[in-house]
Amino acid sequence: MATPTVVPIDKIIPHTVKPREDTGLNNVKIGIWLFLASEVMLFGGLFASYILLRVGADRWPRGEEYLSIPWATANTLILIASSVTMVMAWASCIRKDFGKYRLYMGLTVLGGLGFMIIKYIEYTSKFHHGYFPSTNTFLAVYFTLTGLHALHVLSGMIVNLYFWGPGAKMWHTEHERFTNRVETAGLFWHFVDLVWIFLFPILYLL
Amino acid sequence: MAESEHHDHDHHHEELGFWRKYVFSTDHKVIGIQYAVTGMLFLFFGFCLMMLMRWQLAFPGEPVPLLGKLFPRGLPGGVMLPEFYNELGAMHGTIMVFMGIVPLAVGGFGNFVLPLQIGAPDMAFPRLNMMSYQSFLIGGLIMFGSFFLPEGAAQSGWTSYPPLADIAPSGQTAWLIGMVFLITSSLLGAINFLVTTIQLRADGLSFFRLPFFCWAQFVTSFLLLLAFPPLEAAAFMQLMDRVAGTSFFLPSGLVVSGQALEVSGGGSPILWQHLFWFLAHPEVYVLILPAFGIVAEIIANNTRKPLWGYKSMVYSLIVLGFLSFVVWAHHMFLTGMGTTMSAFFQTTTMMISIPSVIILTALILSLWGGSIRFTTPMLFALGFLPMFGIGGLTGLPLGLTAPDIHLHDTYYVIGHFHYVVAPGTIFALFAGIYYWYPKVTGRHMSEFWGKVHFWPSFVLMNLIFFPMLIQGMAGMSRRMYDGGATYAHNEGVLYLNKVISFAAWGLALAQIPFILNLFLSLRKPKTASANPWRATTIEWAAPSPPGHGNFTRPVAAYRGPYEYSVPGESEDFTPQFEPAKAPVAAH
Repeated sequence: MATPTVVPIDKIIPHTVKPREDTGLNNVKIGIWLFLASEVMLFGGLFASYILLRVGADRWPRGEEYLSIPWATANTLILIASSVTMVMAWASCIRKDFGKYRLYMGLTVLGGLGFMIIKYIEYTSKFHHGYFPSTNTFLAVYFTLTGLHALHVLSGMIVNLYFWGPGAKMWHTEHERFTNRVETAGLFWHFVDLVWIFLFPILYLL
Repeated sequence: MAESEHHDHDHHHEELGFWRKYVFSTDHKVIGIQYAVTGMLFLFFGFCLMMLMRWQLAFPGEPVPLLGKLFPRGLPGGVMLPEFYNELGAMHGTIMVFMGIVPLAVGGFGNFVLPLQIGAPDMAFPRLNMMSYQSFLIGGLIMFGSFFLPEGAAQSGWTSYPPLADIAPSGQTAWLIGMVFLITSSLLGAINFLVTTIQLRADGLSFFRLPFFCWAQFVTSFLLLLAFPPLEAAAFMQLMDRVAGTSFFLPSGLVVSGQALEVSGGGSPILWQHLFWFLAHPEVYVLILPAFGIVAEIIANNTRKPLWGYKSMVYSLIVLGFLSFVVWAHHMFLTGMGTTMSAFFQTTTMMISIPSVIILTALILSLWGGSIRFTTPMLFALGFLPMFGIGGLTGLPLGLTAPDIHLHDTYYVIGHFHYVVAPGTIFALFAGIYYWYPKVTGRHMSEFWGKVHFWPSFVLMNLIFFPMLIQGMAGMSRRMYDGGATYAHNEGVLYLNKVISFAAWGLALAQIPFILNLFLSLRKPKTASANPWRATTIEWAAPSPPGHGNFTRPVAAYRGPYEYSVPGESEDFTPQFEPAKAPVAAH
C-alpha cells in the first residue's frame, strides 16, 4: 500500500449521490430503508412483548388511570405537524429556497423540542405521584416504550439541528447531496412519528 | 443517522498517519483484518475458558495445576468455585458466538472479500464500517472486562434466561450492555453489506453471476438486520428489570432463597425465551451460511469445475433465510407451550432441513468427477462436509418433540451444535484463512504445516464431540459443575469426560502449527501473484495485497463465477473478469 497520494474514498465510491441505473436508488436511500426495517423489528419486539404481557395479566389498567390523554393528544398533533414541516423543508431544498428551508427545518426541530418538553412534564408528574417503572407492568411498558421512543426523537432532533446549522454549509457546495441528506433525515423523522402514532393508542387509549 | 455522515468531505493528507491507517481506518481491507484478528483472539480466549472448564469436568474438585495463583477469586487454592464454573460456561458461549465466529466469518471475511468479489472500490459506507468495528471492540472489551468485576462476569448461560439472569450478580448487567454494543455493531455492518452488494456490483455482475460467498453474506446480513433487534428489545427489558426494578420477566410470587422477592411481578420468563430464540435461531444460520460460502468457493476452485447446482444452492440459501425466522421455538419444546405450537415448530424445523441438505448435497456432488487438488484450504473444506453433515443430522431428533424430551439440555445438544460450529464453521474459517491469505498479505502460508494443522485437528475434534453425543444419549445433563458425577445414571459414561478433556487440550496443541504458520509466513518474501490459486472470481483481479481503492484497472464481469475447465479454452479456468477472446454465446 505504498501509493504516494491517497484519493478520498468518497470520490471513488459510486452511487453515493446519483442513483444506480438498474436499482434506481442511491446508496443512502437503500441504507436508511434497511435501517428502518431493523427499527420495525426492534419496536415490533417491544409491541409483541406488550401484547403478550397484557394478555397474560390478571388485570391491565386503562391508560387514563395513570396517563394524561390531553397531553398525549397535544404531543401527537405536535409530532404530526413536525412531520409536515419536515416535508416542507425537503421541498424547499428542491425549490432551492434557503430561507424557507431554514424556517421549516427550524420548526421541525422546535416541534421535537415541544414533544420532549411535554414528555418531561408527563414523566415528572408520574414520578411526583409515585408512579415508577417498578410500580406495575403497565407502567414498566409505558416507561420503556416511550423512553426508547424519546431517545429516537432526541437523536432525530440532533441530526435535524445539525442540518439546520453547521451541516447546511453543503447547501452551497453540493446541493443534490444535501437534499438527499435532508430526505434521509426526513424518512427517519417520519418513522419516529409513526412509532408514536402506534404508541399513543396502545398506551393511552386502549 | 450516522449513515449520512460519511458524506462529509474529507481532505486526506498525502499519506495517512498510523492512527488513521491502522486504528481508525475506513478501508474495508484494514477493517476486515481488524475484525479477523480481534475475532481470532476472542476465539482463542473463549477456547481457554473451555479448557479450564474441562479440568473441572475431568477432575471435579481437584485443584487446577499452576493456575490457582492467577485467579484467586474463581480458583481459591486452585479449586474451582461453582460460580466461577458458571461464569466460564456463560462467557465461553457468548464469546465464541458473538465475539469470535460472527466477527471472523462476517466482519472479517465479509469485509475483506465481499467488496473485492463484486469489484467494488470499498464498502458503500466506509465510516459506518469503521464505527461497526469500534462498536464491536467496545462491546467485546466490556464483556472481557466483566471478569474483573468484584462479582465476576455473567453466569446465567449464554442464553441469559430469567428469572435467574434478572437476579444474578452485576456481571449480567455488563453482559447486557456489552450485547447492546455488539448488536449495534452488527446492525451497522449488515446495512453496509446489503447496500454494498445491491449498489456496488461491477458492470455485468448480475445477481446470478455473484459468487456463492457473496450470496451467503447477503442472506446472512438480512438475518443480522432483522433478527437482532428483538434481542436488543429483550436486552433493554432485562436491563430495566435489573436496574429500574421492573418485572418484565419476573412472575408474581417468586421466592428466592426462602424469601419472597419484592417486585411487582406479572412478568413472563417465557417471553425472554421467545425473544432470545427469535434472534438466536437465525443466529445459527449467521454462523453457518458464511461457512457454506467459503467452502463453496474453495471446492469450485480445487475441483476445477463449476459448482453443481449453483442456482438451487442460491434458492436454498434464500429459503433458509426465510424459514430461519419461523423455527425458533423448537428450542422451547419443554416449556409446556402446548402441542399446537410444538407441532407447528416441529414442522417448520423439518422443512428447514431440506434447503440445508440441498446445499450440502450440491457441495458433495460438486466433487464428483473433479480433478481435486488436495491443498490445505481444500482439506479443511472437505473436512467441513462430513462434520457439518453429522452436526446437521444429529439436530433432527432435537427438532422432533418426542425425542427432544429425552435429549433436551443434555450433552447430546452440546455435541450436536458443536459439530455444526466447531469442526463445521471453524474448519470453514480455517479453510478461508489459508485460501485468502495470499490475497491479504501477498504471501503464502506453508502447505506442509497446514497439513500438520489439519489432520490432528480433524481427529481431535471428533474425539471431543462424538463422546458428547454418547454421554447425552445416556442422559447426562449439560451445565453440571461436577461433570454429572452426582447422578448414578451417568456412571457408565463418566470416563468419557477425561477422554474429551485430554482431546480438548490436545486440540490446543494442534493449533500451534497454525498460529506459527500464520505469523511466521508474514516474514516470507511477497511472492504471491494476483491469482495464485488460478481462480475465477473477481477478487483475484486485484493485486495481492490490493492497494487503496482495490483494483488497478476497471473491472467488469463477463460470465458466471465458476467457469472452470470450459471445453475449448486453453486454460482450465476462465476468470469472470477476463473479456471473451472470441465472441461467445450470451448466457
